[in-house]
Amino acid sequence: MLAYIVRRLIAIPFLLLGVASVSFVLAQMTKGDPLAALVPERMMSNPEIVNAVKAEWGLDQPLPLRYVTYIGNLLQGDLGTSFTTRRPVSTDIAERLPATLELVIAAMIIGTALGLSLGLLSARFRGTATDGLARVFALIGSSLPIFWSGLILLYIFSVRFSIVPGTGRLPPRVTPPPDVTGFYTIDALIAGDLPLFTQALAHLALPAFVLGWAVTGIITRIVRSSLIEGLSQDYARTARAKGAPERRVLIGHALPNAMIPLLTILGFTFAYLITGAVLTEAIFAWPGIGSYAVRAAASLDYPAIGGVTIVGSVAFLLANLLTDIAYAWANPRIKVH
Amino acid sequence: MTAPLLDIRDLRISFQARDGQWAEALCGIDLSLEPGKVLGIVGESGSGKSIAMMAFLQLLPRGTRVEGSAKFRGEELIGMAPARIRKIRGKAIGCIFQDPLSAFNPVKTLGQQVVEAIRLHDRTISKRDALKEAERLFELVAIPQPARRVRQYPHEFSGGMRQRAMIAMALANKPDLLIADEPTTALDVTVQAQILDLLGELREELGIGMVLITHDLGVVAGIADEIAVMYGGSVVERGATEPVFYETAHPYTAGLIGAVPTLDGTGALRQIEGTPPSIFSRPPGCAFHPRCGRAGAPCPVDTPRLLDRGGTACACHFPLTETAEAVRPARVLDGDPA
Repeated sequence: MLAYIVRRLIAIPFLLLGVASVSFVLAQMTKGDPLAALVPERMMSNPEIVNAVKAEWGLDQPLPLRYVTYIGNLLQGDLGTSFTTRRPVSTDIAERLPATLELVIAAMIIGTALGLSLGLLSARFRGTATDGLARVFALIGSSLPIFWSGLILLYIFSVRFSIVPGTGRLPPRVTPPPDVTGFYTIDALIAGDLPLFTQALAHLALPAFVLGWAVTGIITRIVRSSLIEGLSQDYARTARAKGAPERRVLIGHALPNAMIPLLTILGFTFAYLITGAVLTEAIFAWPGIGSYAVRAAASLDYPAIGGVTIVGSVAFLLANLLTDIAYAWANPRIKVH
Repeated sequence: MTAPLLDIRDLRISFQARDGQWAEALCGIDLSLEPGKVLGIVGESGSGKSIAMMAFLQLLPRGTRVEGSAKFRGEELIGMAPARIRKIRGKAIGCIFQDPLSAFNPVKTLGQQVVEAIRLHDRTISKRDALKEAERLFELVAIPQPARRVRQYPHEFSGGMRQRAMIAMALANKPDLLIADEPTTALDVTVQAQILDLLGELREELGIGMVLITHDLGVVAGIADEIAVMYGGSVVERGATEPVFYETAHPYTAGLIGAVPTLDGTGALRQIEGTPPSIFSRPPGCAFHPRCGRAGAPCPVDTPRLLDRGGTACACHFPLTETAEAVRPARVLDGDPA
């Protein structure tokens, strides 16, 4: 098992090099001029300034040379400097990634809890009104576009009834807790600042719910269908023949078998949300990786695009690895070598 | 005479097809079993042999109509409240299923699953004690190294060992009745014999009544006290094992016996032509008549009744062995001379 994990971890840098190369080439192939982000428009007509900027950022070099430089820097852990923020991409990402992770993890907890409960209810009371309601609730979450559901919920809970605070991670002019994990909720707890923790949690609640609700649909669906399949299996009949009540057949027998497909979807969803939480971040003014990615793409900020791509790939690779490890735990028939 | 352990009277089961039409899977059967005896129910797939047992345990899917009576130790099981029948399932009546690989939960150890069977009926036993009991049961069914085996998963067992574990689990609460649904079908021939020997020994040692459901007459021959042969949802021949084998009256039973290979190789293996009917297209009259070499004029129109012939009972207009009572044509007995 350990050897397997180590082998998978060793493979990650090589996979990342491939990803970085592809993303580099694709970014260069896009039509558009990164100079727009670097040179103020009124100076664009001045070839001297343009050439100076090009030289400064290495854009005057031929493409293959730029590629070699980029990869060389990458190997030393240097993601380059963002055209737009003029700061190292790694600094930008280090600052924004914890915000996204906090949001996505909270959303995954909410989505999994909701999806599991609804899936269990649906399967237990299949064909009844409970089943219908649970499925409609889950379906609405995944069909409503986040920019709509987010805005509506923000209006209802924040503007109209002031149940939760507005956007952002903390109220304006409140100092974040000392940085340990980058998660404001956890860092506030570590600092022992309970009021600050409450504030951070209140700010997190609504965006996490919006994002969590959006993934509830797929989780509910997977849980419900795996459970219903499990209930018709021979082992479920055996359990009933042993005298197990239906609730126990569901939770004690069908549910453990439903863990495998559930883990697949959870790993995939998590990795997807790392870069896919853009809309939620935009609506709730959440300073995460998603909004950074959008700005990088819009301004052809090559280094930032590359950095975000690498973060997304790492998220996918790690999520995949974790899913595989979890498989072995959930399914004794799987042996990893 | 002792009260029967299991007494089934006119048990009827119907399924509803997708088009809403009801089809009768079991057309009113009578069976009974004395305590400590073994009843073999033999028939091809679709004859209704398994669902008869699943029906009174209420293990059939919803939307199945079950009518008639099935009394266990004098207590009616048909229509019994779910909470009440759960106390009987796995406690007084144990079940063994055909494929022990799919019948066990793949993600739980066999020990966990036997422990569950014990603790479902007795919450006072600790998990640790229940696991000890599981080891003892594994030993009873001759699974080597029980202490190690209870910690393993179903896929780590061979087919024969899995079926032994299944039997151990069914015996966990010392049932009075064991229902074995094709317990050897999924196993190799040599392993089949071992499992049958084990069932025979357990019956001797523990005095459990058994219903052994199989499509293979050879399986029941050595172990059953009585045999019921089923075809097309009805019992076509019933009686003590020896007369059923040696004074076979029903052509279908004779066909089944002819289809069992003999060790000395005398006589070619005969097969019964055709396939058993689906419950949605069962022929009128005697369900077996399209495949029967002896079928005559009454067979396609008149369903023969199961008539007691002294020793065995047979439902056939033209039985193979004549007895004083059966010499008269069945139709006259029905009081309907046509």
